[in-house]
Amino acid sequence: MATREIAAHEAHAHGAPQGFIRKWVFSLDHKVIGLQYYFLALTAVFVGMFLSLLMRIHLIWPNVPLPLLGEIKPETYLSLLTMHGTIMVFFVLTTAPQGGFGNYFLPIQIGAADMAFPVLNMLSFWITFIGYIVMLAAFFVVGGAPLHGWTGYPPLSALRSAGPGEGAGADLWVISIALFCVGALMSALNFITTTLDMRVKGMSMMRMPLTCWAWFITAILGLLAFGVLFSAGILLLLDRNAGTSFFVPLVVVNGQVAAHKGGSPLLWQHLFWFFGHPEVYIAILPAMGLCSQLVSVFSRKPIFGYKAMVYAMLSIGLLGFMVWGHHMFMSGMSPYTAFAFSVMTMAIGVPSAIKTFNWLGTLWGGRIRFYSPMLFAIGFVSLFVSGGISGPFLAQPVLDIPLHDTYFVTGHFHLIMGVASIFGIFAATYYWFPKMFGRMMNEGMARWHFWFTFIGTYAIFMPMHYLGMAGATRRYSQFTELAYLRDLMPLQKFITYAAIVTIAGQFIFLFNLFWSMKYGKKASDNPWEATTLEWTTATPPPHDNFGGHTPTVYNGPYEYSVPGAPRDYVMQNDPATVAAH
Amino acid sequence: MGLVLLVVIWLITFISSYFFIAKTWWLPTGASSAAAGIDHHFNTTYILMGIVFVAAQVILGLFAWKYRERKSSRQATYSHGNNTLEIVWTVLTLILFVGLNLMSRDIWASERFAPAKPEALQVEVTGMQFAWYFRYAGADGKFGATKPELIDPSAGGESAIGLDTTDAASKDDVVSGTMYAPVNREVEVILRAQDVIHSFFVPSMRFKQDAVPGLAIHMHFTPITTGDYEIACAELCGLGHYKMHGMLKVVSQAEFDKWLAAREAEK
Repeated sequence: MATREIAAHEAHAHGAPQGFIRKWVFSLDHKVIGLQYYFLALTAVFVGMFLSLLMRIHLIWPNVPLPLLGEIKPETYLSLLTMHGTIMVFFVLTTAPQGGFGNYFLPIQIGAADMAFPVLNMLSFWITFIGYIVMLAAFFVVGGAPLHGWTGYPPLSALRSAGPGEGAGADLWVISIALFCVGALMSALNFITTTLDMRVKGMSMMRMPLTCWAWFITAILGLLAFGVLFSAGILLLLDRNAGTSFFVPLVVVNGQVAAHKGGSPLLWQHLFWFFGHPEVYIAILPAMGLCSQLVSVFSRKPIFGYKAMVYAMLSIGLLGFMVWGHHMFMSGMSPYTAFAFSVMTMAIGVPSAIKTFNWLGTLWGGRIRFYSPMLFAIGFVSLFVSGGISGPFLAQPVLDIPLHDTYFVTGHFHLIMGVASIFGIFAATYYWFPKMFGRMMNEGMARWHFWFTFIGTYAIFMPMHYLGMAGATRRYSQFTELAYLRDLMPLQKFITYAAIVTIAGQFIFLFNLFWSMKYGKKASDNPWEATTLEWTTATPPPHDNFGGHTPTVYNGPYEYSVPGAPRDYVMQNDPATVAAH
Repeated sequence: MGLVLLVVIWLITFISSYFFIAKTWWLPTGASSAAAGIDHHFNTTYILMGIVFVAAQVILGLFAWKYRERKSSRQATYSHGNNTLEIVWTVLTLILFVGLNLMSRDIWASERFAPAKPEALQVEVTGMQFAWYFRYAGADGKFGATKPELIDPSAGGESAIGLDTTDAASKDDVVSGTMYAPVNREVEVILRAQDVIHSFFVPSMRFKQDAVPGLAIHMHFTPITTGDYEIACAELCGLGHYKMHGMLKVVSQAEFDKWLAAREAEK
C-alpha cells in the first residue's frame, strides 16, 4: 500500500519540461492544457458568433450577398444554424468552463500538483482539438456543412438524399461529435479521480470551493452522458454508411424509396436527449459554482447556505438525468410519459430556485465590491432568473403545445444555458486572468464590455419570447411565406440590430484580453483578497503549483468578515483557524 | 456602480414586463375548444412566473445598490446561512412548481389521453419535403391503401401520397392540398410523414404534433370558429422548411359537405 502511494506520488511530480514542444504543445501540465482548452474555446466562440451574425443578417436582409459567402441560400442558412449550435454547445460551453478553467484551477484549489492522469489529460485535449478541426472541415467539403440542426434528428441526418450538406459534411459532423465524446469521457474520468484522490490534508469534500464541487458534478454528468451520445453517434454513422436502420424506417425521399426499413427516429431522440439534457447542466454548473464563489468573494461574506448549494447541485445532477423527455412532448412519445417527465422537470426548478435564493442571501448584508468579475456574476444571476422563469412554461406539456419549436425556446435556452454560461466564462476570465498571466485586465474596458453584453443580451433574447408566443417557428431561413410571420418582422429586425451592436462589443473583450497580457497592471498574488488556495501561491503558479511544498487546509473556502480576525478574510491554509476567533 | 446596476436591471425588468403585460405580442386568437383551457393556464403560469421574475430582479438590483461598499459601510454580516429559510423557500417553490403542474394535468389528459370520439371527422395528414397533403376517406369511411413505390411528389395530389387506385377503398378518397374542416365537429388527424420528421402546427388551434416516418399518430382537436388558419411546419425538415405551410379552412358543415362532394365529383 505504502509503496503504491509513493509510486503514485512520484508519477505526479513530473519535472518541468524545457523544450517548447513539451512545454506548450504536448504539455502534461494541467495549467497549460487548461489554457489550450481556453484558447480553443476562444476561437470557437468567435466562429460561432460570426455564424450567428450571418444568420441574423440573412433573416432580415435575405437578398443581400454576404462577404465570403455570396448569396445565402436556404440550405446555407441551415448550415450556419447547425454549425453555430454545435460549435457553441460542444466547443465553447462544454470546453471553456470545464476543460479550460476546471483543468487550470481544480488541482490548485484542492492543493494538488497536477491532475491525476496528466497523459490522459493531454490526450483529451488533443482529441478535442482534432474533433474541432474535423467539425470546421465540414464547411469545406462538397455540399457544405450539414443542415440538420445541432440535434441532428434522423431521418434528415441519416439520409444523404435528404438535402445538401447531408453528404460528407454530415459524416464529418458525426465523427467530430464522436471524437469530442471520447475526449470528454477521458477528461471526466480525470476530474473525478483528481477530486476524490488528490485533495491535500484538511481539504475535506465539504471544505472544497463550490467551483470544485461544480467541476466534480459536471464530470460525473459527462461520464454518464457522453458515453450515450458516443453510441448514438456510432449508430448514426452506421445508418449513414453501412446500410443499417437503427433510426430510419421505410421512407420515400423525393419519390425514391430509401434502402432502410424498421428503424425508429424516436430512438435517436431518446439517446440524444439522454445526453442533451444533462449537457445543459454540464454547461451551466461550472458557471453556477463560479458565480457562487464570486458573489461570496466580492460581497466579503461567506456563501449563504454552503451545504444547500452542494445539495442543490447534486440534485440538479441527479434530476438532470430524469427529464430528457421534456424535449419530446410533441414527438409522438406516449402522452402518459410526458406527464412523468413534466413532474421531474418542474422538480428540477426547485434546486435552481434554491441557488438563486442563496445568491441573493449572500449579497444581503454584504459589502459589495463591483469589480468586473462581480459585475458578470450579478449579470449571471439576473440572466439565470430570466432564463429560468420561462422553464416552467416549457416544462408543462400543455403550454409546450403552442411554444415547442418556436422562438420562445430559442430565447429560453440562450438566456439560461447560452449567455448565462458565457457570463460565467467572462467572469472566470476577469477573475483568474491575474493568476494565469500575472497581470490585471483593464477594468475600464471590462466595464464597457459588461454593459454592452448585459443590455445587448436582453435586447436580443427577450424579444424572442414575444416572437415565440406569437407562434414564430424556429429554424426558418425566411419569414416570407406565412402571413403571421411576416407581421413579426419588425421584432426580427430589432433583434438583428441588437445582435450587431452586442457582437461589436465583444471585440472590446478580445482586445482587452491580449492587450492586458502585455500591458496590464502587474498583479499581486492575491489581488481580490480571496481565500482559496490558488491565491496562496505565486502568480503565475510554478510548474508544481505550490513551489515544492504541499499546503494544509484549516478552513472552509468562504471565511470572509470573520468577527475578530485581523483582515476581512481568512485564507483556507491559515492555521489560525476560524474557530479560534 | 451599485446604483447604475439597480437602474439598468430595473429598467430591463420593467420594459420586458411592459410588453408582456400589454400583450403587444401574444398567442394568436384561439379558435379551438382546447384554446380556452390552454390559454387560461398559460395566463396563470405567466402571472405567477411574472411575479417571481419581477421580485427576483428587483431584489437583485436593490441589494446591489444597498450593500455596495462605501467608506461608511460596516463590515459585512458574518453568516453561513439559515436552515429555516432554506426549508421555507424549498417548500414554497416545490408547492408552486408541482402545483402548477397538477393544475395543467387535466387539460393535457383531455387533449392527449382520450382517443377521438367515433363521430369525429378523420383526416389523414401527410408531411413531405416540403408540403402538407390532407386525405378524406369519402363515403365509405375507409382510407384506401398507399404504396411507397407509387409515391411521386412531383405529380401532386393522390400520387404525392402514393395512393393505390386499384384498391376499392381508395376510389372515393379525396386528397387535397388545403385542409377543410367543419366547425364545431371534432377532427381526428392521423399524422404521417414520408421522408423526414415534420411537425403539424396550427397556432390558432393550439395544436402541434410531430409527424414521424414509420408512425401513424392519432390526435384530435375541435375548431369552434370559422375562418382560415395558417398551418406551419415546426420541425426542421430540410432546406424548404420555411416554406412548408398550408391552410386550414374551417367552414360550416353544409359548406364542408359541398366542398367534399365537389372534390368527389372531380375524380
